[in-house]
Amino acid sequence: MAKMLFLPLLILLLFLFECESFSAENPTDRRLLVLVDDLAIRSSHSLYFKFLESRGYVLEFRLADDPKLALQRYGHYLYDGLVIFSPSVQRFGGSLDQAAVLDFVDAGHDLILAADSYASDLIRGIASECGVDFDEDPDAVVIDHVGYAVSEIDGEHTLIAADDFIQSDVILGEKKIEAPVLFRGIGHSVNPASTLVLKVLSASPSAYSASPKTKLSTPSITGSTIALVSVVQARNNARMLISGSLDLFSNRHEKSGNEQFVTEISKWVFHERGHLKAVNVTHHRVAELAEPAMYRINDDLEYSIEIYEWSGSSWKPYVADDVQVQFYMMSPYVLKSLSTDLKGLYFTSFKVPDVYGVFQFKVEYQRLGYTSLSLSKQIPVRPFRHNEYERFIPAAFPYYGASFSTMAGFFIFTIVYLYNK
Amino acid sequence: MGAKAGSSPPVVPPPASSATSFFPSINGLKLKTKQQELLIRVSILALVYVLAFAIRLFSVLRYESMIHEFDPYFNYRTTLFLTEKGFYEFWNWFDFESWYPLGRIIGGTLYPGLMVTAALIYWTLHFLRFAVHIREVCVLTAPFFASNTTIVAYFFGKEIWDSGAGLVAAALIAICPGYISRSVAGSYDNEGVAIFALLLTFYLFVKAVNTGSLAWALASAFGYFYMVSAWGGYVFIINLVPLYVLVLLVTGRYSMRLYIAYNCMYVLGMLLAMQIRFVGFQHVQSGEHMAAMGVFFLLQVFYFLDWVKFTLNDPKLFYSFLRIALTCAISVGSLALGVGMATGYISPWTGRFYSLLDPTYAKDHIPIIASVSEHQPTAWSSFMFDFHILLFLFPAGLYFCFKRLSDATIFIVMYGLTSMYFAGVMVRLILVAAPAVCLISSIAVSATLKNLTMLIRAKNNATPMGSSKGTASLKASAKASSFDQPLPYQRNVAIALLLGAFYLLSRYAIHCTWVTSEAYSSPSIVLAARGAHGGRVIFDDYREAYFWLRKNTPADAKIMSWWDYGYQITAMGNRTVIVDNNTWNNTHIATVGRAMSSYEDEAYDIMKSLDVDYVLVVFGGVTGYSSDDINKFLWMVRIGGGVFPVIKEPEYLVNGEYRVDKGAAPKMLNCLMYKLCYYRFGEVTTEYGKPPGYDRARGVEIGNKDVKLEYLEEAFTTSNWIIRIYKVKPPKNRW
Repeated sequence: MAKMLFLPLLILLLFLFECESFSAENPTDRRLLVLVDDLAIRSSHSLYFKFLESRGYVLEFRLADDPKLALQRYGHYLYDGLVIFSPSVQRFGGSLDQAAVLDFVDAGHDLILAADSYASDLIRGIASECGVDFDEDPDAVVIDHVGYAVSEIDGEHTLIAADDFIQSDVILGEKKIEAPVLFRGIGHSVNPASTLVLKVLSASPSAYSASPKTKLSTPSITGSTIALVSVVQARNNARMLISGSLDLFSNRHEKSGNEQFVTEISKWVFHERGHLKAVNVTHHRVAELAEPAMYRINDDLEYSIEIYEWSGSSWKPYVADDVQVQFYMMSPYVLKSLSTDLKGLYFTSFKVPDVYGVFQFKVEYQRLGYTSLSLSKQIPVRPFRHNEYERFIPAAFPYYGASFSTMAGFFIFTIVYLYNK
Repeated sequence: MGAKAGSSPPVVPPPASSATSFFPSINGLKLKTKQQELLIRVSILALVYVLAFAIRLFSVLRYESMIHEFDPYFNYRTTLFLTEKGFYEFWNWFDFESWYPLGRIIGGTLYPGLMVTAALIYWTLHFLRFAVHIREVCVLTAPFFASNTTIVAYFFGKEIWDSGAGLVAAALIAICPGYISRSVAGSYDNEGVAIFALLLTFYLFVKAVNTGSLAWALASAFGYFYMVSAWGGYVFIINLVPLYVLVLLVTGRYSMRLYIAYNCMYVLGMLLAMQIRFVGFQHVQSGEHMAAMGVFFLLQVFYFLDWVKFTLNDPKLFYSFLRIALTCAISVGSLALGVGMATGYISPWTGRFYSLLDPTYAKDHIPIIASVSEHQPTAWSSFMFDFHILLFLFPAGLYFCFKRLSDATIFIVMYGLTSMYFAGVMVRLILVAAPAVCLISSIAVSATLKNLTMLIRAKNNATPMGSSKGTASLKASAKASSFDQPLPYQRNVAIALLLGAFYLLSRYAIHCTWVTSEAYSSPSIVLAARGAHGGRVIFDDYREAYFWLRKNTPADAKIMSWWDYGYQITAMGNRTVIVDNNTWNNTHIATVGRAMSSYEDEAYDIMKSLDVDYVLVVFGGVTGYSSDDINKFLWMVRIGGGVFPVIKEPEYLVNGEYRVDKGAAPKMLNCLMYKLCYYRFGEVTTEYGKPPGYDRARGVEIGNKDVKLEYLEEAFTTSNWIIRIYKVKPPKNRW
């Protein structure tokens, strides 16, 4: 009996849960799994977690080696985002491993990954799969003898003050971060083959990455090539934050820009900002409404698309003047900027080029921090039909005259020749 | 009818035609000799008609009623479209499923004769309430037209020699392997209809020349129109006919009949041919058609000079006039031609035409023409295979033709000689030579048999003049001199020779049947082999793969394969292809060739730029099927390298040798085509006692057994591995 009651309840619960969750229509994450080495992090980083909870996220804390750990059940992901605050874990518990984390991301979910000076190979492996290579020396940390935090008393200068932010309001919010971010941790370099990684916070030119305890040899990465915090927006628009420091998120640095930095960037990572969607792509001939299956060369057509931005709670019209559409067959034949009505609708009209073939309407909109929009719609363009050409061309009137007069002349000649003897 | 002035017309039997005297003699059951002959002739023709159809049905019996090979699938697809959507849609059809993303204007780039013919047959049958499927009509179109060709051959033979030769010609052409090779049931290709049209045009033209009748010339113009609508080989007609006229002019056989026949045929034929979109203005613009126009003007000059000569009535004056007139005409003509060529109004000869005149041209300049097996120069064995005894009868027939030269025999001699030359240049042109060879051989057979039987009969009756009127002239021309003094054992020798001739002819029949059944009835889309126990094994991998494509890929998926399979993929798989057998855009084909011969990452960029979703390769390593993509691969390299110099043929060869085993070139072992063909092949044991990864088509163990694919993944491999389909992966998510 209890079982029978329990089942509908569970379904109801699941249903409620489902409604709240991440979807294309509601892209902000809801359920987050936080993996920690030690549950003490829950209190040492409580400000950050409080912030997340205040934004409406449901956090679930687990030890990284919890044997019951699982990201998905029956083919459905249980979480919308993953926060890995367990830099030293050698192996995750349960069914979780590196491949599972990457699959989670490839399925369109978000990830925050924090390493530290004692980061394990597992964490390094996940990072390098995302195009971020931590310094290979396990003892190395970022040291800056010029831009170090004043509060630091020891002479190692491993708590550095970084203020080299990425210039993007979308990622870091409109309010400028005034105080520098205090960073204690390892640096990383961005894999040059990867085009999707963005360095959000870089070290100053005087920084270098080395172990403070051993004698200094040539550091592997130096200066502003050292990235401290990077984000990746994957092609499926899953967002990842990779930080070389777990300390960054902690409650400790009160007078720094840390809190603002991590909260703003978390908003971006969890799709509260910079998430675009393009809907209602339509095209039709001028003065027609229905979308044709095929255009003819030199047709005049109208193209429109609606683009909205997610504000964290609702879809707002996205306003920009640099959205372009291409009419593309191996190369763009037409490239036009779209005009907007400021209500999300972008539109233009143009003439189909005098070339037949299979064209595509392509919108490739990639702006820093925003979801990349990449839409293409195939449409064939045919040449004229046999009866669509002009029947009589004015330029050819001499020829018409010549042929008709010849015919008439021949007719008269025949009559004269045959009957006039 | 045959008694006009000028050169001697052929010796046609005086009664106008056979059909008129067929009915009137029912009085009394006994038929007169003439009626008996007619009855025999008609029944022989009817039997030949049926035979020509029946022998082409081997392929249906062996396999099933299906379309063969490559091009026929395109013809089938277009015919289907024509019957479904009607003529105007067909005429204006822009096909965006082939040559992605360029597309192809089907209506303007094909010869519609075949499709329209099949559609008309289909509509007629449906009007008569025979609910046949269009596929059956397409499958049986070629045999049906082959049967019709035998009738034309009969009339043609009758026109140039006599009705006996006509009968023999009909019988010979009905089973000639050179013709059967392209007209078996299922071989739904232009040639199947075009040979009928070709022979019909020639017959009607010869008839027009013989009679000087405008009506026949008009008929031949329409025959020419049908030929133009059916096959690009019409260029042969438009060059052979002027050449023939030129030869008649040179040999002093110019006559009013010739003037009428040629002018009417050329002018009307040209105007009609311009109605075919694919041909358009080529008759006045392309270099290949200029000979016909030159001869046309030459004929007018001839006529004019004749008239001047008649008016002047003074040889001396005429010759000086002739000199001036000729210089003027030649200089004006060459000036016009020069200006036309220089301004580009008259296009130069196409590569295909060049390669006919110079067999080595294609090999050096146009790899895409040279890569097709049917464009190779003909081997002697295939002459023997396709003509058998006709090869020996042909010179004999030529001898008889020269013995009795007339306008008609000159034509057939020229047709025979030119087409034999072309048959030597290109394998596929054996087809064009086949009717000529059959006709000329039939003259040899018919004349020899007639002479021999007359010798036998002459002895029998003891009166030399016992045979019919028709043979009298022949006797006079051929054997008259030696007829009077009988040689010893003449009769026995004649009987022996007669038996020998019959033996040869029966061998010919056996050979033809054997060749048809063994060699020419394979659809090539379904492969058959003998199993270990002697049973027949069918490899139906092609259709399996195309069916898979049709059912399992998105409707707008783009398939990249070598161009050979393009028509089949669009027709059977109903998917968009990058290149197909209509090789009109060499650059596009070279791009595909380049992708196939590049490393995987380079190929990936090319495939992305062409929006390729799937790659299809044909692989024979498991079954030992030798015409697969690895064996065609050098052509891909060559064609790709012809446009993109980054592809260098020597990089794929080792000491000029093409190999796939351990000694192969490193580029070869890692190019896309190699990887796609041999992916996971290293794990397979194909033959007992051989190491895994043993390629049966080339008889070697492959050199790269550990093939890893990074940008593609295997999507489907058919049961015998003949076709392998790979899916192009989307770009990596995180990089």
